[in-house]
Amino acid sequence: MNPIFASIAIAGPETVLTLGSLAALMLGTFTGKAENGSRALTVTSLFAVAILALAGFTLLDAPAGMARAFDGLYVADSFSAFLKVIILAASAASVLLALPWLNESGSGRFEYPVLMLLATLGLAIMVSANDLLTLYIGLELAALPSYVLAAFHRQDDRSAEAGLKYFVLGALASGILLYGVTLIYGFSGSTQLDQIAAVVGGQTERSLGLLFGIVFILAGLAFKVSAVPFHMWTPDVYEGAPTPVAAFFSAAPKAAALGLMARVLVVAFPGKVAADWQQILIFISIASMVLGAVAAVAQTNIKRLLAYSSIANIGFALVGLTPGTPAGISALLFYVSVYVAMTLGSFLVVLQLRRPDGSPVETMADFAGLSKTQPRLAAALAIFMFSLAGIPPLLGFWPKFAVFQAAIGSGLIALAIIGFIASVIAAFYYLRLIKIMYFDEPAVAVASEGSAVNGAMIAACALFCSPVGMLAISPLVAATAQAAAALFPA
Amino acid sequence: MIGLTHYLAVSAALFVMGVFGIFLNRRNIIIILMALELILLAVNINLVAFSAFLHQVHGQIFAMFVLTVAAGEAAIGLAILVIYFRNRGTVAVDQADLMKG
Repeated sequence: MNPIFASIAIAGPETVLTLGSLAALMLGTFTGKAENGSRALTVTSLFAVAILALAGFTLLDAPAGMARAFDGLYVADSFSAFLKVIILAASAASVLLALPWLNESGSGRFEYPVLMLLATLGLAIMVSANDLLTLYIGLELAALPSYVLAAFHRQDDRSAEAGLKYFVLGALASGILLYGVTLIYGFSGSTQLDQIAAVVGGQTERSLGLLFGIVFILAGLAFKVSAVPFHMWTPDVYEGAPTPVAAFFSAAPKAAALGLMARVLVVAFPGKVAADWQQILIFISIASMVLGAVAAVAQTNIKRLLAYSSIANIGFALVGLTPGTPAGISALLFYVSVYVAMTLGSFLVVLQLRRPDGSPVETMADFAGLSKTQPRLAAALAIFMFSLAGIPPLLGFWPKFAVFQAAIGSGLIALAIIGFIASVIAAFYYLRLIKIMYFDEPAVAVASEGSAVNGAMIAACALFCSPVGMLAISPLVAATAQAAAALFPA
Repeated sequence: MIGLTHYLAVSAALFVMGVFGIFLNRRNIIIILMALELILLAVNINLVAFSAFLHQVHGQIFAMFVLTVAAGEAAIGLAILVIYFRNRGTVAVDQADLMKG
């Protein structure tokens, strides 16, 4: 077979997503006239979910072990497959959960699912990138539709401003990352991750150029995962962007960027250099955990609160990446898979609630007495908050335990202790929201928007995060261990 | 004789100018877009200089991709700027402060 066809077959999910997003654009254009926007949106959204499912099915018959495609630019292994399952599921949920919101807000245009498909394609390329060029293409393919999605509610001042801020800071981060890429290319003579590792491993003394390259690349990637000190955009963009878009931003791109970060650091810079990037990661992860915990205490807007919560969670996930060991990467993947369910669930509950005048809930005060007006949604949100806080019987505790265990196993005891303290501080604001819901008097009677699909997704996420989800731990840990092992060639 | 270091110095200077152009500029968002282009220009100079120095073609191919993505990025940036201007009637940087905290 022609090598290009063999490569396309290996890159099955990406091929499906590419063709599917083009077909979705056509479908949207031809199904709806301007006055019939919502039908085109529904049809295109369902088609997009079908495409995402199809891309997931191509992962099933992927060959075991590692397959390289496009001359080593692209690699398909169990690490990328695990993350792609999370990404595709989170994107499909983000397409579905947006439907009621988009129809209601008057921005029910069919471009939304098309942009989601394109962004998902970029995310899928990111986790399979085995070359700095593929890394950059995937990152930009994910970022460019995201800028548009943040500004999707274009009549709204705040959405436009969120899009603008996200664009300016995102483009700056891409520029910084790219500058690091050029330095690594220049000082190692290659852009392919395993070849960089070979050059770096053969060096007797530390190369300053490479070190600068690593720092620049980490700065760019830290922006994408919204880790401190490159987190400034996160609260503003989450608050301003449409809520379904904020839900998407908090889930799938975080999983992809963390996976990309793990692959670049572990595959391209193993051994001696690991000590250099470990110091940077220790700083980033401590700063994210602490700032995410402390700054969230003062927030009154629920979307900003969830933004700071995602910053803190990224800090915890990075604790797993810092040791750079198979156990650490496995804990990181475990953390990411649980975090995606918790954050999507929280955003779904926020999306499901309406003030009496029909406007979406924004402030914490809107949640007062929710347990009396909407007992089921309050219970679900309580499960997500307890889980995010890492209270033991709930699922959110176990990945936190796993990352700290991995850090202690590699002698990073101080990191684990600071993480534990930050997690206690963070518990304060999660528990405060629960207190507001269960013990305060209802101020406004919030209604449920009543979308059955979103209700089912909330129930599924809540069940996964509840103690019942502990049944999923052992298959999940087995899968993450296998995925992490793919990054460490024997 | 102009060597690799000269190119790297020019590129580093352009990169720093680009970054400072974003942070020190309080007047106009269009200037930020120009500063972003300056950063990508610095990256391209780096890539082509390294590519010539290493006698490889990889860097130049990479530069082609960067040029293409930069065009798409500028298009999207200007489009977002247009909807922002339509809503707010200004492109001043310090007016973009609806959300704080």
